[in-house]
Amino acid sequence: MAVPLAYNLRNLSARKVSTVLTALGIGLVSWVFIFTLALAGGFQSALQATGSHANAIVIRSGSTAELTSIVAREAAASIESQPEIARALDGAPLATHELVVLWNLERKNGTQANVVVRGVTARSIALRPKLHLVQGRMFRPGLEEVVVGKLAEARIAHCTMGDRIKLAGRQWSIVGVFDAQGTAFDSEIWGDVELFMPVFDRPVYQSVTFRLDEPSHFGAIQKRLEADPRMSVQVKHEDEFYAAQSATLATLLRGLGLFVTLVMALGAVFGALNTMYAAVGSRTKEIGTLLALGFSRGSILTSFLIESVLLATLGGLLGLLMALPVNGITTSTMNFASFSEIAFRFQVTPTMLLSGMIFAAIMGALGGFFPSRKAARRVIVEALREA
Amino acid sequence: MKYLGLIFANLMRSKRRTFLTVFSIAIALFLFCTLRTVITSFEASLRASQATRLVVRHAASLVFPLPLAYRERLSRVPGVTGISYGNWFGGFYQDPKNQFAQFAMDVPTFLDLFPEVILPAGQAEAFRSERTACIIGAALARKYGWKLGDQIPIMGTIFPGEWRFVVRGIYTGQTKDVDENTLFFHWDYLNESLPEGRKSLVGIYWLRIASPDLAASVSGRVDALFENSPQPTKTETEKAFQAGFISMIGNVQLLLTIIGSAIVFAIMLVTINTMMMAARERTTEIAVLKTLGFSDGLILRLVGGEALFLSLLGGGLGCGLAALVFRESDFTGGGFFPNFRVLPETVLLGLVLAALMGLLSGVAPAVQAARLQVASALRRVA
Amino acid sequence: MPSENGALVHLHDVHKIYHRDRIEVPVLQGINLDVREGEFLALMGPSGSGKSTLLNLIAGIDTPTQGEVRVAGESLGTLKPSRLAAWRARHIGFIFQLYNLIPVLTAFQNVELPLLLTRLSARERKKRVLFALGLVGLEGRAKHFPRQLSGGEEQRVAIARAIVADPTLLVADEPTGDLDARNAAEILTLLKRLNEELKKTILMVTHDPHAAESAHVIFHLDKGVLQP
Repeated sequence: MAVPLAYNLRNLSARKVSTVLTALGIGLVSWVFIFTLALAGGFQSALQATGSHANAIVIRSGSTAELTSIVAREAAASIESQPEIARALDGAPLATHELVVLWNLERKNGTQANVVVRGVTARSIALRPKLHLVQGRMFRPGLEEVVVGKLAEARIAHCTMGDRIKLAGRQWSIVGVFDAQGTAFDSEIWGDVELFMPVFDRPVYQSVTFRLDEPSHFGAIQKRLEADPRMSVQVKHEDEFYAAQSATLATLLRGLGLFVTLVMALGAVFGALNTMYAAVGSRTKEIGTLLALGFSRGSILTSFLIESVLLATLGGLLGLLMALPVNGITTSTMNFASFSEIAFRFQVTPTMLLSGMIFAAIMGALGGFFPSRKAARRVIVEALREA
Repeated sequence: MKYLGLIFANLMRSKRRTFLTVFSIAIALFLFCTLRTVITSFEASLRASQATRLVVRHAASLVFPLPLAYRERLSRVPGVTGISYGNWFGGFYQDPKNQFAQFAMDVPTFLDLFPEVILPAGQAEAFRSERTACIIGAALARKYGWKLGDQIPIMGTIFPGEWRFVVRGIYTGQTKDVDENTLFFHWDYLNESLPEGRKSLVGIYWLRIASPDLAASVSGRVDALFENSPQPTKTETEKAFQAGFISMIGNVQLLLTIIGSAIVFAIMLVTINTMMMAARERTTEIAVLKTLGFSDGLILRLVGGEALFLSLLGGGLGCGLAALVFRESDFTGGGFFPNFRVLPETVLLGLVLAALMGLLSGVAPAVQAARLQVASALRRVA
Repeated sequence: MPSENGALVHLHDVHKIYHRDRIEVPVLQGINLDVREGEFLALMGPSGSGKSTLLNLIAGIDTPTQGEVRVAGESLGTLKPSRLAAWRARHIGFIFQLYNLIPVLTAFQNVELPLLLTRLSARERKKRVLFALGLVGLEGRAKHFPRQLSGGEEQRVAIARAIVADPTLLVADEPTGDLDARNAAEILTLLKRLNEELKKTILMVTHDPHAAESAHVIFHLDKGVLQP
């Protein structure tokens, strides 16, 4: 017969302080686990989700980011006339050529940031299905107007609707805010590419982006463009291009997070071991009595193991509750590949929460196993004799 | 003192418990030191900054270059005693993942302006006299196994194509904070290989000033000089320049501090619990000691002392391990942390934290023991 | 050392009431007692009669609800807890029924404990500890832990601990209560020796009439009232 669950529950509530302390400790470990997953996940998803697989981006061969890329006007024209490019409703190719510079701007909190300033065309928004204007309107070509991503609006000084921001010695009015659903574009400032070129003294574009008419045509156009001797370019799927940029830092964040959490978990398991050994130690007489009454050793082991896992799961629950408010918090860092500011949100997914709970339960099982086994192995007569 | 024997014997009461407690504290402090080192290694560049060097760059951003023609006018600014210049090359070795810094530097002035770059005799000459020569840091040499005379192919990203350099020198840093993961080559070699429209463009100028207090005035003068030209400058101390980079990395510091604190706090909770449980087993003994005449205050100090002893032991273990592990390794986290080593201040901070943990976790059981009423405690037993 | 009327221990109209869950339990009622220096006094009575309580009051580990307890010239009720602790260290040697040796310390270290509270040097302490262990016949077992000793041997170590600081008064609470007849006899012989040869004043609580025979004087405590 199994030891009643009530026995374990009563014991946990009888040692309230001890239970709370241990649960809180395990909860914190679980919280750190979820926290680092949310950080790395938020960062990576901001970058990864930035591109679309149906789009292709053309940059100079050898460059890893738009910033170091050069695509001349003639080359851009030639690229945009390729047959594999989808057509917009008005018959024109669904393609855009863009200019990218980094501009040193002040964040609202006073620190410096390298913000991506992108010169775009009328087609640029259409090419990015995740991007929508949510406030104001698009800038008018030829005028000193810009639109900003919602995270840029939130974090960079002078980026709110109606405000004016100084770029290249001129004042630009913020006439609209767009939402790119947490992707890299959310941290950018967009303006008219034809106006930006002379203003920033850049006679060339950085990239050409277009929508494929058929996904299967990617290979053909990539081969043709990359072999073209008049331009030295490389063609990539837009999403893969952005994902590659995030790879290093995301891996580092994940690696660091995993390292920290695992080592911390080890410490917590040690703590749980201590707690459970002490618990078993103080209940020796009870165990002897239970054994004498006829409960099997297996049931004693199971009982203590369950108690430990219950305790740890309580901790996991606490960790989960503490992790929920983290979701959505915005932070930013430098995208090392493009040297630019990228703001992103902590992303706490249900999977992460579940992982946190399971992680906690595992810590409880590990921390409880040896003490439970010791409990089950007590010699009845000795146990009963102990005070 | 004489009570050390008592404290020690008590810790040996349950060797397993003492071991587990010490190790969980050691783990917490190990993590703390590691995380703190991530922060301090970012700041290594700050510590290596020379107070007599200024950085001049394009006011808008590092992305835009300055004309080589500025050199003449910069060297004539009062207070400037030396000038060098260079461009960030930004290439990679074989795989884009192999990132490390490469700079094209004006070799005649480079070593003069950067005394912290130390080259063995003869290598400086070899570097100077050969156009395609490069010098690499000792850590970089170790990492890729490069030796003098090796030819290193670098794939350019800003300046496309494959570039080849011959190693003519391996430098070491004057202090431990100087980055030894950089490759320096000839600016002239880069410049002559560029197309007409891109020649004679400098990424950064470095100015040496006669004394650190001239920094503000010289910076102001330089920026005023080019204020209205098409390429305005921003001049600042090297330290400020590096700090700007670090601040761009954003909230990482805050995040790491949060995680570090959570760790320490979590382990402390668990330690408090352990100490309290251990204390509960000793009520009779405490009562006996009080009967023998041990005062409440003495008991408080003894129990508290045990907690402190455990924590310092664990703390010393954790911090020491961190210092050792990261001292000998050339761990750079994929190039992100060129100088990952645990500073003595970090170890000290860790020990202080451990002591604090010990005191806090010992408070409850110590006070409990001190307050124990002898008569009632003894009555419970017999 | 003796007080006004020459007694080492003087109790006057001592009452002790315990409060258990809001119920008042009077344990001692109007106790008057004088013990002279060099006496060996046995206190007998049924369980629950308050014998241990009385002993605790005299040893200074408990305070009376009413009345005066004067031991070795000090009125214990007037002393602050820290001074009381120091007083206890100097004047009292306590022997428990369950020996109460500290399991993680060796016999030597257990006996040394009271001396840690003095200013004696390590060498001095060692001398006295070995002397005390010698008195109880256990110098050879100095390095052993309590779990390696038999019940009788543990109690002898406890006695050594009680006398090592040369206290004014030895207080024993059922010292033979947990021992078999042979060991009990050995302990009682030891106590008698300490009283006769070293002139130690001993106050012993016991419910064993045979043990009480070792004493000079026997008092009975029943329902909190003392009778000779």
